Amino acid sequence: MATDTLKQHDAHAHDGHEHHDAGAMKVFGFWIYLMSDLVIFGTLFATFGVLATATAGGPTSQEIFELPFVLVETFLLLISSFTFGLAVLAQNAGDRGAVLKWLAVTFLLGFGFVAMEVYEFHHLIAQGHGPDRSAFLSAFFTLVGTHGLHVTFGLIWIAIMFFQISRQGLDSVTKPRMLCLSLFWHFLDIVWICVFSFVYLMGAM
Amino acid sequence: MFGKLSLDSIPYHEPIIMVTAAVIGIVGALVVGLITYYRKWGYLWTEWVTSIDHKKIGVMYFLVALVMLIRGFADAIMMRSQQALAAGGAEGFLPPHHYDQIFTAHGVIMIFFVAMPMVIGLMNLVVPLQIGARDVAFPFMNNLSFWLFAAGMILVNVSLVVGEFAKTGWLAYAPLSELQYSPDVGVDYWIWALQLSGIGTTLTGINFFVTILKMRTQGMTLFRMPIFTWTALCTNVLIILSFPILTATIAMLTLDRYLGMHFFTNDMGGSQMMYVNLIWAWGHPEVYILILPAFGVFSEVIATFTKKRLFGYKTMVWATAAITVLSFIVWLHHFFTMGAGANVNAFFGIMTMIIAIPTGVKIFNWLFTMYRGRIQFTTPVLWTIGFIITFTLGGMTGVMLAVPGANFVLHNSLFVIAHFHNVIIGGVVFGMMAGFTYWFPKAFGFTLSEKWGKRSFWCWLVGFYLAFMPLYALSFFGAMRRMQSYEQTEWQPLMIVAWFGAVVIAMGIACIVIQLIVSIRDREKNRDLTGDPWDGRTLEWSTSSPPPNYNFAYLPKVDSIDSYWEMKQQPGGFKRELATKFEDVHMPKNTAEGPILSLFSLFFGFALIWHIWWLVGLGAIGMFVTFMFRIFNKDTDYHVSAAEVEKTEREYHKRLEMQA
Repeated sequence: MATDTLKQHDAHAHDGHEHHDAGAMKVFGFWIYLMSDLVIFGTLFATFGVLATATAGGPTSQEIFELPFVLVETFLLLISSFTFGLAVLAQNAGDRGAVLKWLAVTFLLGFGFVAMEVYEFHHLIAQGHGPDRSAFLSAFFTLVGTHGLHVTFGLIWIAIMFFQISRQGLDSVTKPRMLCLSLFWHFLDIVWICVFSFVYLMGAM
Repeated sequence: MFGKLSLDSIPYHEPIIMVTAAVIGIVGALVVGLITYYRKWGYLWTEWVTSIDHKKIGVMYFLVALVMLIRGFADAIMMRSQQALAAGGAEGFLPPHHYDQIFTAHGVIMIFFVAMPMVIGLMNLVVPLQIGARDVAFPFMNNLSFWLFAAGMILVNVSLVVGEFAKTGWLAYAPLSELQYSPDVGVDYWIWALQLSGIGTTLTGINFFVTILKMRTQGMTLFRMPIFTWTALCTNVLIILSFPILTATIAMLTLDRYLGMHFFTNDMGGSQMMYVNLIWAWGHPEVYILILPAFGVFSEVIATFTKKRLFGYKTMVWATAAITVLSFIVWLHHFFTMGAGANVNAFFGIMTMIIAIPTGVKIFNWLFTMYRGRIQFTTPVLWTIGFIITFTLGGMTGVMLAVPGANFVLHNSLFVIAHFHNVIIGGVVFGMMAGFTYWFPKAFGFTLSEKWGKRSFWCWLVGFYLAFMPLYALSFFGAMRRMQSYEQTEWQPLMIVAWFGAVVIAMGIACIVIQLIVSIRDREKNRDLTGDPWDGRTLEWSTSSPPPNYNFAYLPKVDSIDSYWEMKQQPGGFKRELATKFEDVHMPKNTAEGPILSLFSLFFGFALIWHIWWLVGLGAIGMFVTFMFRIFNKDTDYHVSAAEVEKTEREYHKRLEMQA
């Protein structure tokens, strides 16, 4: 769908010598990258699945997960996905100001998510439940931390996008990049829903 | 300041390493001196290092692969010499800790830095030409992939002189590769060399997948693609789906080693079997990543030199697709002895045997293509016939290994070594050599010496059988893999035969080098101006050799399989006529961002190996800044003007006419 939107809006940028729509190809390539990234998460999920009970006398998931806290985190990220959607809608309408505004809101929500995760990790480590305590905690910290690292990269990317769009506007360079970033951001949402369901919900029960 | 690195990290007391390092140093100084003397640094920088031309990147991949083949082979002949000597209490010339590094380095180098770059190099050179495209989908990323791969390659070679390499075997099984049992930097070299080159490979996979799906010329439907392009497509699917598993697995091992985590450790709940499962969930598709493009080469070669359309094009495509899917559900056959239980072993055993069916389909397709064809026994055809026989044999020993009961006896014995060399040398190496001889004139505009090519083939073929058939026999006597020495003197005669086989293979490699030298010397005599020296069938032969940087002045139109061949068969034939009107061609610009980013990644990797934290930071910042530079760089492409295209094309046609 993202690719179709791009095709319509970039039709004018299609000169006679370019036989392949470069913007659409970038978005397609980015889809493929996301699929390969998904395999990384798949590998980490599988490892977590195998090691979830390998607590080695350390704390179990029931003892350390605080669902209400994680639920707030989850909603921050879900709402940020919605606000990113608004940014893409603003881009389709050609409204640069609104794009920047929604990017800023998305950044703040994403930042809140990462800050809460850092707090959670710090809290666990301070209690002696760090990733070197047991295989279960290694797998937990790595899976959740890899997602958090992705969100952090997403935040850096949003900041760069914000800077670039405010400087050069919405053109054939920034528009496909916005669509890739939007895919990335929604992708992280989907991964987080799996983390929330399989790691936190199933772990707390 | 320098982390764990000190002057003691250099193994002065190892004469073999020091002599090797000295030889590399002298040869390296000689090369640098010659480049400086002929003032070629600027040329190298603008025409090669910063080039985003897929053809040049392909040539660079293959060149690195050939150099690394010599390095990997040096390891091989040392192992064969050691085993030929170290019988009945003799210690040979390699102490265990050195021998262990050598077999690890041999495996890592041959798979990651010889076979992979050969496959990716050929893909780079051939795929865009075969689909009638002017470049790959993401040319900058292609250059970056190459240089990331090169950074990994450099790390492996640095480990020879600075510190040591892993002593764990090429897959660094945990917990042996954990800090507890491998506290030195060897495994860290392994980790970062593979991580860097692996990321490069993943990017290549994405790049070529998009290229093949999105950039085919008009009329080239999926089922009109040349078979090599089909196998490249399937290989890229495998890369995209399997290399991330490697990345994640190595990352977990890294966390164990650097942050004290417990994924694969002996204690605190770590699971060593998880490591073995994960590494083979990547490792098994990896062997198909290597062999599928080789199958593609053989298909092109056999159709071209029998002057027939490939028998069973569609079954060939479906067989390739079937192997692609099956390759993901057989990984457990690498460790039947883990004790997963009879049912699990039975499933994976049967799946493994099933792979023999699509492979058999392919073998018969090649045979039926040759049947009643007018076969020209050129060097690529010899490699192909040698492959069909050798690979079939290796495939059958593979089916034997797939029987869990038999596997319990054969596991970790020399039988396994003989089997996978049987399919990798007989399949991948023969295939890449066939492709090398077949497409060399496309890249350089002159053919390779047939005489030395054939000599190389016969040396490799005979050398292979001499070197590896004895290992099958030895395995039945109980010889295991990775032995630094052994008690049984009755094994020694066969070990000496195997050593002699390796010597014959060395002659085969020497023949390749001589072939290159002789062919470059006689290049005017072997010049091919037509661009079609073999009377080929697919689009790459329809343009000049070497093709102009834009490949095709006009993108060709396709309406059948082997479309170029069909054009040639029409009344009047295919004429290389000069077009009457030219257009501007849109092309990407060369860029230094790929090599610079990779240079920082090299610092980054090296610093992590030696715990030099400030350099880690510098490398990371350098990579980030270079990448930002790329992102804000608007000067990434240009137009080759119609006048310039016309000039290039006119010059080419003038040369053609002069020859006629």
